Amino acid sequence: MKTIHVATTVNGDAVEFICAPEESLLDVLRNRLGLTGAKEGCGSGDCGACSITLDGRLVCSCLVLAAEAEGAEIGTIEGLAIGDALHPLQQAFIDHAALQCGICTPGILVAAKALLERNPDPTDTEIRYWLAGNLCRCTGYDKIIRAVQDAAKKMRAA
Amino acid sequence: MRYAKPETATDAARLLAAEPGVARVLAGGTDLLVQLKAGLVEPDLIVDIKHIAGLRDITPEAGGFRIGAAVSGAQLGEHAGVRALWPGVVEGVTLIGSTQVQGRATMAGNLCNGSPAADSVPALVAAGAVAQIAGPDGARDCPVLEIPLGPGRIALAKGEIIISILLPARPARSGDAYLRFTPRSEMDIGVASAAVALTLDDGGRVVAARVVLGAVAPTVRLVAPAAEALIGTRLEDGALAALAAACSAACSPIDDKRGTIAFRTEVAGVLARRAAVIAYHRAGGRK
Repeated sequence: MKTIHVATTVNGDAVEFICAPEESLLDVLRNRLGLTGAKEGCGSGDCGACSITLDGRLVCSCLVLAAEAEGAEIGTIEGLAIGDALHPLQQAFIDHAALQCGICTPGILVAAKALLERNPDPTDTEIRYWLAGNLCRCTGYDKIIRAVQDAAKKMRAA
Repeated sequence: MRYAKPETATDAARLLAAEPGVARVLAGGTDLLVQLKAGLVEPDLIVDIKHIAGLRDITPEAGGFRIGAAVSGAQLGEHAGVRALWPGVVEGVTLIGSTQVQGRATMAGNLCNGSPAADSVPALVAAGAVAQIAGPDGARDCPVLEIPLGPGRIALAKGEIIISILLPARPARSGDAYLRFTPRSEMDIGVASAAVALTLDDGGRVVAARVVLGAVAPTVRLVAPAAEALIGTRLEDGALAALAAACSAACSPIDDKRGTIAFRTEVAGVLARRAAVIAYHRAGGRK
């Protein structure tokens, strides 16, 4: 099997890696780059736990071949906090107890950040539709919606 | 498995044609990577078409738009021009999957996956969309209607790829719409669906119509008698009833866990009726 050399950008940093042609971007992030924030839930694009941004688009990293990342700009959950300062979404999820087991949380945070960049003042319905591809089996979603709304409010005021 | 990212359609077609083993085209990957993961396909070659010039572009052409085969649903949904011209087509494409899936999934991929329930296909057929296909011997045009042959089967020969889909110019006083039934509002596969494209005269009478059903037959179905039921009418109750009956008569669905034959047959007519009313209003008709 021929390996592929890939040069890409992750959270603003230039990164190079070697991968197999069939390797997913999620597997490379977790297993080769040590970025274990993105989780594998279903591995088939249904649960959203592996959400990242690829050239500014929210995608499931389990449905991207690592080889496709050549020259791309990747954003992961590890890029949300700046040093020790949590992103307003991260702080709001803590304040509102919008997580229990936490497996879905990185994907939801990355997805919610992508939403607020496009729509800083979404309705609850818009948040629910945007996050329809992020499954959570613990919280029942209401706290998640409240946390996103609270973060959006603080970000608008900032 | 080898991964190739050719920069021209001709190179892509040659690579696919020359591969003695199993070859697959990669655009958005939202079907292909799921199939890889499930072990349904073990390709010897994957040809990523996203680096071919123009494949990620939406280009005005002859009053319509040419949509590159690697344009994502999200990109299409953000395009005000396409939304204004063929809102039903955009509705169909943007119903597919989640926000994450929309970030990658393509209209051409949805067509080439060959699912009878493909959400983008009925409205494309109603719009009279034409796919441009590149092959080892050059390019050809093919109406979207003629591409699906059955579940998982399409009318592309070895080495052929769709490189774009042309949404034609729309006559004045025209409108289209797409509706599907799913048990839940998001992240589901259509149990039955309907697309309608209409053109009206200046008195609000239908002068041209295309009515298309999805998920109720092995392929998308263009229902000529349903269109005929609307011609010359202002979508009066009798015309809509005739439309629904013609649609139900055109169904040959399967029974499965998502819907029975009887349910799909009835709902296809109901959806066509509702989609016709939306298309009529979008065309400027009042009723």
